[in-house]
Order: sequence, then C-alpha cells, then structure tokens
Amino acid sequence: MAFPDRIERTVQVAHPPEKVWAALTTAEGLSAWFGNEATIDLRPGGSARMTWNEEGFTAEMRVERVEEPTVFGFTWGIYGLPQDDPRRTYVEFTLEPADAGTRLTVVETGFAQLPDDVHHKAYEGNTDGWAKELGELAVYLDAG
Amino acid sequence: MPDDIEAIAEQVFAALADPTRRAILAALASRGPATATELAVDLPITRQAIAKHLALLAAAGLVTAEPGERRRVRYRLRSAPMQVAQQFLAALARDWDSALGALTDHLDRGA
Repeated sequence: MAFPDRIERTVQVAHPPEKVWAALTTAEGLSAWFGNEATIDLRPGGSARMTWNEEGFTAEMRVERVEEPTVFGFTWGIYGLPQDDPRRTYVEFTLEPADAGTRLTVVETGFAQLPDDVHHKAYEGNTDGWAKELGELAVYLDAG
Repeated sequence: MPDDIEAIAEQVFAALADPTRRAILAALASRGPATATELAVDLPITRQAIAKHLALLAAAGLVTAEPGERRRVRYRLRSAPMQVAQQFLAALARDWDSALGALTDHLDRGA
C-alpha cells in the first residue's frame, strides 16, 4: 500500500489565463464551480472560506501564493481531521498559456505528514509495552 | 515516505477490518473509557473475547490501558493512529477530477 502524499492533475481549457485566474481567485468564481459560497482575501496570508451547503461542510483556507495570473497557492485542513488540527495540505494552481487557452495544473501535497506522536517512537514503544502487559493483566483479572 | 506511517495505517485498517473491534472502538468513542467488563454489558460478546480484542487494539496503539477502580484496567480510545489512516483516506477522497470538470463547465458556460 503506497501512501499518496501528492495529487497532480492537468487540464487544458479553451480560455485565457486571465479568465481562469478570476474563476480560481475571486469569491464569485469560486462559488460558481467549487463551493456554494466563498469569501477570499487575495493576498499571501489572507483568509478564504468555502462552504458546501449540501454536505454542510466549510473549508477554511489560507492564501499562500498570489502571482497573477500564473500561480495561486493555499493551504487547507485535511478532511476528516478536527478543525483545529495543525496538519494542512498545500494546493497550488499553475496556469500556463497553451494553444490559445490555458494549461491548468493543480498539485495538492502533504497528505502523508508525520504526526507529532511518531516522533516519540521510543516513548510510544514503551507505553505500548505497558498497554500489552496491562491487557494481559486485565485478561488474568477478568478470568478470576 | 517514512515506514512509520505505512505501519500505522496498516495496523489501523487491520484493526478496523474486524466488526467486533469496530464495535469496541465505537463503544469507547461514544461512552468514554471503559473496562472489559463494562464493555461486555453493552456488546453481544463475552468479556474474555473483548479482553482479547482490547489487547490487540492496545498493541496497535488504538487504545491505551490505564488503572481503573478496584484494580480493573480501563481502556481509553487513542485517536492519533486513526488520524494517520484518515489522512490516507483524505488523499483518496480529494476529488480534483470532478472539481476540475466543474471548473471547465463553468468557464465554458461563461464563454
């Protein structure tokens, strides 16, 4: 089982980069194709938020790169983890003029971030050992 | 890619593959820390079978054992390994194909 850390897709669209840029970086554009509602403060460090009404889901984003009209990057939380979990993935859109349109690439990275507690492997091994022994003790006590 | 993540994800999915262990984890998630005896009241399996599954879940790091009342061992859910598995699932669930399809449709409509 290979753990996917990176997702990459490229699509060719028949519209100039300026138009694609507007769809990616304005509240009006984002709410038309991505979420149902969107707000965005388009500058590095700015906040953006998207809401999907049907799913009842809101994504809080942080704008990271704004290089109009070629690179737009943001981070957002990992779906399923608690809202305040510090782990986030980074999404970067790259727009290149191609064939009278735009070649749009999206790369999302960071799914396989090392959780904090893996850094304490030695300590963990110790507590796991205890857990096993206490488990055996529990079986013993329960049998009594 | 660190081996640790692979190992953790494998243990979590192996633990979740068994319906009894899923029921034990669900019970610990909803009611909080409990002893094998307490879990046996809620679940349709013997205390001995529950204790065996709890030992396996503890070895996988999904529950931790702590001293409870009257020298009983109480088990507490530990969510960190599940968050690793969650990250794996999140990567699979991130549906850029349909999002980019919607973007293309949006741009074409506005043309």
